[in-house]
Amino acid sequence: MKHLIRQVFHSGKFVVGFVIFVAILLIVIIYPLIFRYPPLDIIGQGTFFPPGIYVNVYDSMISTQYTLNLSDAAAKRLASRLSDADRLAMKEWLVAFGIPEGEIDVADTAKLLDQWNTNFDPKTNIAGMTNAKRNYYIRLNASLGGLLSKEGVIIATKNAQTGALDQTGTVAQSAYANVGQVANVRVLPLGTDNFGRDVLSELVKAAGISLQIGFIAGSIATLIGLTLGLLAGYIGGLVDDLIMFVNNLFTVIPPIVLLILISFSIGQEKRGAVTIAAVIGLTAWPWTSRAVRAQVVSLRNRDHVNLSKISGHSIVYIIAADILPYIASYVVMALILQISSGILAEAGLSIIGLGPKTTTTPTLGLMMNWALIYMAPSLGKWWAYLPVVITIALISFSMNLMNTGLDQVFNPALRD
Amino acid sequence: MKGYRKYFLNKLAWFFVTLVFAFVLNFTLPRLMPGDPVAAIMSRLAQGMSNATGVQAIYQQYADLFHTNRPILEQFFIYVRNVAQGNFGASISQYPRSVASVLSASIWWTIALQFPAIIVGWLIGNTLGAFAAYLKKGFDKVLLPVSIFASSLPAFGMAVIMLVIFGLGLKWFPTSGGYGFDMVPHPSLKFVWSVIVHYQLPFWSIVLIAIGGQAIGMRSMSIYELNADYVKFSRFMGIKDSKIIRYVFRNAMLPQITGLALSVGTMVGGALFAEIIFSYPGLGYTIMNSVMGQDYPLISAVTFLVTLMVLVATFIIEILYGIIDPRIKAAQAD
Repeated sequence: MKHLIRQVFHSGKFVVGFVIFVAILLIVIIYPLIFRYPPLDIIGQGTFFPPGIYVNVYDSMISTQYTLNLSDAAAKRLASRLSDADRLAMKEWLVAFGIPEGEIDVADTAKLLDQWNTNFDPKTNIAGMTNAKRNYYIRLNASLGGLLSKEGVIIATKNAQTGALDQTGTVAQSAYANVGQVANVRVLPLGTDNFGRDVLSELVKAAGISLQIGFIAGSIATLIGLTLGLLAGYIGGLVDDLIMFVNNLFTVIPPIVLLILISFSIGQEKRGAVTIAAVIGLTAWPWTSRAVRAQVVSLRNRDHVNLSKISGHSIVYIIAADILPYIASYVVMALILQISSGILAEAGLSIIGLGPKTTTTPTLGLMMNWALIYMAPSLGKWWAYLPVVITIALISFSMNLMNTGLDQVFNPALRD
Repeated sequence: MKGYRKYFLNKLAWFFVTLVFAFVLNFTLPRLMPGDPVAAIMSRLAQGMSNATGVQAIYQQYADLFHTNRPILEQFFIYVRNVAQGNFGASISQYPRSVASVLSASIWWTIALQFPAIIVGWLIGNTLGAFAAYLKKGFDKVLLPVSIFASSLPAFGMAVIMLVIFGLGLKWFPTSGGYGFDMVPHPSLKFVWSVIVHYQLPFWSIVLIAIGGQAIGMRSMSIYELNADYVKFSRFMGIKDSKIIRYVFRNAMLPQITGLALSVGTMVGGALFAEIIFSYPGLGYTIMNSVMGQDYPLISAVTFLVTLMVLVATFIIEILYGIIDPRIKAAQAD
């Protein structure tokens, strides 16, 4: 046994898969202990906030103000407030005015503004320009004036009695707050989803639930497959015919069709995570039982099995002592594959709206479903679905790698 | 010839047994759903109606239409009779459209998308797997992990990644629908071109998934065969390498064909999700709509159609296999 384990861990593929899997498992366990955010709390008012550090504006206004005189601050502020469309419009006007196109650089905010301020005159008449367009440039020019103001802003509170605004403080353009001193800062590494929930916390929780679903489904499928395979292979005869008959039926009917039909018939109200896992397990066993049966048939007439039979051991004993040890490695590999396909099956079901009906626990498939319903891919909100796809792919990749590694250890013919 | 006939009849019998079983399942399961589907239509229709007898009359009419007021066994026989005439009843979510018209509008999209994609993926995957087994070294070191990763990706994941990279990022192909949204299907060059362009992303995402799984299987099979005694013996006999390779890959190929027969159901299932992601107007999208609309006549029919497609494909593959592999004939002749 010890030797076997050492051999398994010598396989590079198995080790890589194992490390990825354990890393995911550790994140799922440890992350909720460190960051105790409720995973499904709706914190964002609005949909799909981009990833980043969210600093409370109110708190940073009333926290200690530091004055930093940074030379590029004004330019950066301008650059962030001047939209690309405005820049292109400014360039268009300048070119029409007669400045050579090569001298204008829309990316260089300072130079662009300088050229604009020296040349723009609302009274200039440019041939072919509509009145609406001219008014647009006048408005643009006015708003640029506001941008260039060096004044700070005044903080005022409303006087409860008179209704007048009382000045309570000012914020200069050179005022800074130290993020460490601001009372409320929330890091959202993956932003928020369509309901305004923290995607990362949700994802970690969902990965945990999906792993559980995969584990339950995989265990059920492997247990049924193993039992039926052993019975069919060892007892043979009528039992074998019967089991193989059922098996053949369920092999040709696409598993996804069965899953859809059963989940649909259970009905919206009764579909919980565990129910879905059980349904997946109950539909996934045929290939395992087929494979186990094939192995058992080849073992059935070995000498040591015949010896046991002559010695008068019971069927249960013979199966447990003389057959199971020989197919144990195979069953482990089948279990790994069943778990990973169980996770994928849940995700698939959830995408078409037949997943666990739950408002308290997310699953990877449900997150994908929400992101798709709210059109995250076409809106370019990558944080709502790409991490989910990557997590599913990593889980299933790690398991397939472990499986391939085990295969190479237990099947010497595959070693090169 | 006797051996083939026995094999063929055996497979044909299986085809019909499975078909009947699938048909019964497809009829029964969706109807076990709790809740009254007719009541669901009524709650949509009867909004703002205050006349109780009127509501009752309409309810009665719909119950008669969907036969929900009869025992389930009787419903089954009515259903069998209707299906034999190509009538799958009326769709609930898209009433008054009939299920048959919804399906006939979508099935050709699915057939034209999935079967070429699965066959192309199978061919490319097997070629790559055979090369990996034969060339070993660098090619194998790269191909195996890549294949494992590709086959680990769920079909919808691959579809989403293709959509993001080639549809939204590079803007090479449109990302949804089977043809331009501003078009009506008609035989013109512009329409055909639009269909071809919309075809690319769903097609290649299905192909890529298939390649991964098939390449892994073919690689293992080829390694088994390359290590077999007859290969060593042939080498000692001085038979040319190119000739041995032909034998090896022919032998490795045969289990891959059975593998295709066994996995075609899973592959079709996966490809349905690619359709959903790209809003391709095929059966996958119809399944999603029927689930959303709690439309059990449509679910029954669409899942039955998918099963039928898979059964026919499996049957064809098995018949071809019987012709290709001489061992089948030998086994049946005993």
